Amino acid sequence: MGLALLLVIWLITFASTYFFIAKTWWFPVGYSAAAAAIDHQFTVTFILMGIVFVLAQGALGLFAWRYRDRGDAHPVQYSHGNITLEVIWTALTAVLFIGLNLAGSPIWAAERFEPAHPGSVPVEVTGMQFAWYFRYPGADGKYGATNPKLIDPSSGNEAAIGLDTSDPAAKDDVVTGTMYLPVNREVDLTLRAVDVIHSFFVPNMRFKQDAVPGLAIRMHFTPIAVGDYEIACAELCGLGHYKMHGMVKVVSQDDYDKWLAAREAAK
Amino acid sequence: MSTHAPVHVHAAPQGFIRKYIFSLDHKVIGLQYYFLALTSVFIGMFLSLLMRVHLIWPQAVLPLVGDIKPENYLAFVTMHGTIMVFFVLTTAPQGGFGNYILPIQIGAPDMAFPVLNMLSFWTTFVGFVALIAAFFVSGGAPLHGWTGYAPLSALQSAGPGQGLGADLWITSIAIFCIASLMGALNFITTTLDLRAKGMKLMRMPLTVWAWFITAILGLLAFGVLLSAGILLLLDRNLGTSFYVPLVVVNGQVMGHKGGSPLLWQHLFWFFGHPEVYIAILPGMGVTSQVLSTFARKPIFGYKAMVYALMGIGLLGFMVWGHHMFMSGMSPYSAFAFSLMTMAIGVPSAIKTFNWLGTLYKARIRFHTPMLYAIGFVSLFVSGGLSGPFLAQPVLDIPLHDTAFVPAHFHLIMGVAAIFGIFAATYYWFPKMFGRMMNESLGRIHFWITLVGTYAIFMPMHYLGLAGQPRRYSQFTEVAYLHNLIPLNKFITYAAIITISAQLIFLFNLFWSMWKGAKASDNPWEATTLEWTTATPPPHDNFGGHTPVVNHGPYEYSVPGAPRDYIMQNDPATASTH
Repeated sequence: MGLALLLVIWLITFASTYFFIAKTWWFPVGYSAAAAAIDHQFTVTFILMGIVFVLAQGALGLFAWRYRDRGDAHPVQYSHGNITLEVIWTALTAVLFIGLNLAGSPIWAAERFEPAHPGSVPVEVTGMQFAWYFRYPGADGKYGATNPKLIDPSSGNEAAIGLDTSDPAAKDDVVTGTMYLPVNREVDLTLRAVDVIHSFFVPNMRFKQDAVPGLAIRMHFTPIAVGDYEIACAELCGLGHYKMHGMVKVVSQDDYDKWLAAREAAK
Repeated sequence: MSTHAPVHVHAAPQGFIRKYIFSLDHKVIGLQYYFLALTSVFIGMFLSLLMRVHLIWPQAVLPLVGDIKPENYLAFVTMHGTIMVFFVLTTAPQGGFGNYILPIQIGAPDMAFPVLNMLSFWTTFVGFVALIAAFFVSGGAPLHGWTGYAPLSALQSAGPGQGLGADLWITSIAIFCIASLMGALNFITTTLDLRAKGMKLMRMPLTVWAWFITAILGLLAFGVLLSAGILLLLDRNLGTSFYVPLVVVNGQVMGHKGGSPLLWQHLFWFFGHPEVYIAILPGMGVTSQVLSTFARKPIFGYKAMVYALMGIGLLGFMVWGHHMFMSGMSPYSAFAFSLMTMAIGVPSAIKTFNWLGTLYKARIRFHTPMLYAIGFVSLFVSGGLSGPFLAQPVLDIPLHDTAFVPAHFHLIMGVAAIFGIFAATYYWFPKMFGRMMNESLGRIHFWITLVGTYAIFMPMHYLGLAGQPRRYSQFTEVAYLHNLIPLNKFITYAAIITISAQLIFLFNLFWSMWKGAKASDNPWEATTLEWTTATPPPHDNFGGHTPVVNHGPYEYSVPGAPRDYIMQNDPATASTH
């Protein structure tokens, strides 16, 4: 039984670790400026936790086999513990865990403490059951007023978010169901939700933030490669949660300008 | 230590109803809790089976259930989580084993407040009935998940199941809170006041310590959830706006204004995080007890184990914000919550080291309870080590609300806690029913369950890395999820096998009650007080006398002792603690 435990625990440990190291299933490629740092922090955490994982499971399997009752009278160590050892492993784990935390905190600070830089592209994201809408403030750089009473989801776009067209600042606002972004420009996001909580999750951008009714949450990220990236809602928002997806189209600055101009002209 | 005569002594009941239904005997109440949890766990498990089947065969029409729609799937999600967290992981380890074993282990004739004890069980039962009723009302069970985030949970029109089903759901939880508060008071008072002569705090078995600290956590946590639940009921039915700001559902402006969705999350997780320790601490206690018994060694670092339990309990109240890193909460507070969460890894690691230290240079007997205790340690390590990933806000950016999170908490507070319940069942069954469970069936059950649960939950980490969000009823709509369907199939197959294997346990349990080999009073050659009394214990636990405690709880292989264990009530010698 001891040998069986050793083999099974070691096998589970090996198999679990193998698929992490082989990256059989892994993060999608990160195409935002912050992705490399976030992935690096994951790798550091994975290596350290992986070592602890293998050592602890290894010791568990080994001890189960090595110290099995063999029917003989091999001496059992009568011990109530060892203060020195307790202090050592307490200190080591404290250093490990707190150190890991401190190592990751500058990335968090850069992502969340600092606002977007001046000159970034303002986009407002609105989540509702079960769609995403994106608003661009137009030439005036100002989002026009919205009015909850005007919200009409079945009409889509401007009407879906309840844009108040009587507000001059709203005249040049563009609302779309697909998010267009220029590559290598920081995006200054404002996240809103009209009904329940949704979460704006773009795996390739290493970006996630809940959109909460009643709050306008400011966030930012910088896409660094042209391409189409999927958005998946990451907060349970009702029966259509699984189909509340969308697309981020990262394009060149030229293409972005042309697209925005065409949308403005179509209004 | 009590110096006064216990006031609660009651005569052995006559008649079926007083003996088995409205019993005041902590042992009967413990079994009532246990069988309530057993019923619940099979319902909860069946729901998870339906979910896993639906995920990979979305078109399948199942017998009894029929066609599963997205709202049905989410109702299963909600009910699975709620049933498992409250009526299994809180009910079995604390209400079940704590009730049955704690008074005997401290040498008391019953709990301090037997009537309160009976009341807390039957209140729990009413809560259970209210929850299950949600399946049968118009609109069905709610789809907002066991965490019930507002405004989804607060708005009747936010989806099917958000009407009467959601009212029953929150009412059930509120009732459960009341029952748990009564139970917690009873456990705390009993532990503090009813210990036998010589049962100093530092001589209490680690199981008692775990139940005691769990009760303190329950006392502090359930009151908050109760209040939060009442506010939610008011928001839902009386038009208040604690959790709901001005919102527009499907073009209709709701009548709420100015509430805070994050308030619910703060209140819920202020309860919710201690709750995961309420689920797991008793398992830690049982694992310590069983490891020491079958390793024939004193527990390594008894005092460190006690302080680690206290540390986990204390820190457990300061980390709730780590569930909310992506919620819009201040990013500065995320920094503090993250640091506290990492700190909680330290006492958790101490426990693991000490369990390994207990096995080192031991003489291990592999009975089924021991297999489950070793399985607990393995799962605790595996589930615990994904904690430091999720504790870092920066890693929550890719991982929060993906399959990585259910992988983490199922391993540690789900399956590890269930392994604690299995270890406790196989370990104390002889004492409770006077018969042994079948060892061969126990081993088969163990191997399938251990390998099966790893096969289910380890791959969920990979799904999480690949970005598979939680609580999706289908993987058809988001293109990048298509690649993950094969791995999801594997998980479903593993779940079908593992869930089927639980029938072996069920059979063993009931078969052994009537047909198992007769158990002696102390079949495991263990040391704590429950093994000093008759099997099963008489109504007053010790047959008219009160034990006197002379030894620590884990005196195994003491040099010079006549046998390899010294029971806690053996005559005093100079050589032990």
